[in-house]
Amino acid sequence: MKADPRGVLTGTHFLDGDHACCEGALAAGARFAAGYPITPSTEVVERFASRVPKVGGTFIQMEDELAASITLQGAVWGGAKAFTVTSGPGFSLMMEHIGYAAMTETPCVFVDVQRGGPSTGLPTLPAQADMMQARWGSHGDYEIIALCPNSPQECFDLTIQAFNFSEEFRVPVMFMMDEVVGHMTEKVIIPPADQIEVVPRRHTRKAVEDYLPYGTNGDGVPEMAHAGEGYKFHVTGLTHDEHGYPNMTPATQDKLVRRLQNKIHDAIDRITLLEEECFDSEDVVVVSYGITSRVAQRAIEMARERGLKVGKLRLITCWPFPEKRIRELAATTKAFVVPELNLGQMVREVERAANGKARTFAVPHAGGSVHRPEDILKVIVEASR
Amino acid sequence: MATYIQIDPTQKLDPFKSVKKLPLEEYFTSGHRTCQGCESALVMKMMAKAAGPRSIILGSTGCMYVANTTYYSTSWVVPWMHTQLGSSGSAALGTSAALKVLMRKGKIKNEPINVIAFCGDGGGADMGVGAISATLTHAEYNSLILMYDNESYANTDIQLSGSTPWGANTTFSSPGKVKRIMHRRWKKNMAGMMAAGHPECKYVATICMSYGLHGMNSIRKALAIGGPTFIHSLDPCPKGWDYDPYLSHEMGELAVNSGVWPLYEVENGLLRLTGRTEQIAAGKIRRVPVRDYLLKQGRFAHFTNDDIDYFQSKIDDMWEKWLIPGVIPFRRDVEADTPPSS
Repeated sequence: MKADPRGVLTGTHFLDGDHACCEGALAAGARFAAGYPITPSTEVVERFASRVPKVGGTFIQMEDELAASITLQGAVWGGAKAFTVTSGPGFSLMMEHIGYAAMTETPCVFVDVQRGGPSTGLPTLPAQADMMQARWGSHGDYEIIALCPNSPQECFDLTIQAFNFSEEFRVPVMFMMDEVVGHMTEKVIIPPADQIEVVPRRHTRKAVEDYLPYGTNGDGVPEMAHAGEGYKFHVTGLTHDEHGYPNMTPATQDKLVRRLQNKIHDAIDRITLLEEECFDSEDVVVVSYGITSRVAQRAIEMARERGLKVGKLRLITCWPFPEKRIRELAATTKAFVVPELNLGQMVREVERAANGKARTFAVPHAGGSVHRPEDILKVIVEASR
Repeated sequence: MATYIQIDPTQKLDPFKSVKKLPLEEYFTSGHRTCQGCESALVMKMMAKAAGPRSIILGSTGCMYVANTTYYSTSWVVPWMHTQLGSSGSAALGTSAALKVLMRKGKIKNEPINVIAFCGDGGGADMGVGAISATLTHAEYNSLILMYDNESYANTDIQLSGSTPWGANTTFSSPGKVKRIMHRRWKKNMAGMMAAGHPECKYVATICMSYGLHGMNSIRKALAIGGPTFIHSLDPCPKGWDYDPYLSHEMGELAVNSGVWPLYEVENGLLRLTGRTEQIAAGKIRRVPVRDYLLKQGRFAHFTNDDIDYFQSKIDDMWEKWLIPGVIPFRRDVEADTPPSS
């Protein structure tokens, strides 16, 4: 399905990542945002608030992030495509409702423009330290999808992708920006609406009497109906069966939770987005994501100028983690170098996936600025020995 | 009925008789980085002066946290702790409870210590309203929660809050050609809500530091009365309200004199209109038209005459149709609300 032209600001723009993210959401069909101010993410919804009168839609300022993260789910069940935007402290508050979205299979997007933490931390400075929280922050076993842009153009493109994944898999998608990507201004090209593919809601076409709110057609993803359409459905955070009603037996729990995981696991090849520059038997592969990938690029070039065989793997999809590709690379490379603006989060996944077949080197940084390319280069040199 | 709640002694804080009698000592001094004309900084200064040196001050995230404590500088002379955005009430409760225990066990000197937690309107009227409400139910813990209300999330560049007045231009409610009035909610009545809903709370007041002595004496009364108390301060904000900083004092006066911001206190359940508001209610002075107040602020620059008339009608309602004028918005009759088309 093509994008609704009302939400598409076709043209060449000079936008920061936050504003580009907003335009991506509008292009994807988002017509509801629940927002609460928090640096460095507020500009996303500020733009949304000023754009919706022309596009049509609703922006509501909520009283806190707890409210924002559940209001948007109400909007989704009412029929809208919806999202919210936050940063570290707000993301922490949203955790319970992210679990609720996973459990109720509510398609929605949570944008986290990451800043330094813990707690209030560095409101105006970057970090990438919410990556594990995005995956594991709420309690219980569940799966989410997380995408990580590294430019304002990607903030536009991948926000659309985030909405598309959320609709396709009925899963909350975490859009993991960072302060630098959010506030950097670059050229952003917004194509015509007829060149933008958007995934519509998996709305059921079944008759009311045949519809099971959490029954699937074999792909693990149920069809959806909206409140007020005449379908009988019951949405609950309790363990539920195909009818949507609470059924708290071990068998129902097992079936439900496995399906929540498997609908993502089974589609991992389709969900995995990577930017790769690996040729043949590199000594070192640098694995990075978000703003750090742009610093890493310079470090890779410097290493190649020194004659080192260095490859690049940029994680655009961070969750589910692309462990299959890491495993394949581990068979042909000596080592992975993983720079990230935290003290070691995704590097653990790389190390786990490499499974001892290649060594793994972290390049930790506590946040507040980006790495110096020289610091990454130093580890590349060490790893290539 | 025998009482089983032991309220600890409080400091003896008699009202200041006049500006000339104020102590010279300051407990909120230079070193802050607030905007020129910031009324909230004045509230902090007056609050600390009114409370005196044996005070602990807790501040939730907001202008008065960020601007007063960044870059290795702080203007607080008394102990000060940051609390998260919605937690001023909880922080006050915890601090007061700990002091009580430490004194009971003889770990610290047994003396009355003021515990004041402040929050902005975002931290108080939005995110922290539950925590404030809960704290006001705990009669045995002495604390004052002061909400400094500059009517927006000023710290993050003027987003609207639950305390932003109808129609105001904020970065979440910019007027445009398609819609002129983007913010259609009326300001929450925090003081009325707290006074009406918390039987354990002995003192609730509204203040505006354009009337500094009144504000300081309200703070002293809240601290001296014991138990949890709440004060709601309206603070003109040059940046968020968009006026020349030299007008801050006048803006507060206009808010009170136009009847937009009634001054009152509820002490042990007894309501008393105070300051200029008392004179307005007694018919001794007339309310200034809200037009004089609104048109001095850029955030209302997009208002048409109809918008101003509608705003005026709502303020007139407050004084003429509320069962407790200016305080509690219960009415005798239901009337249609007809806002201007936007």
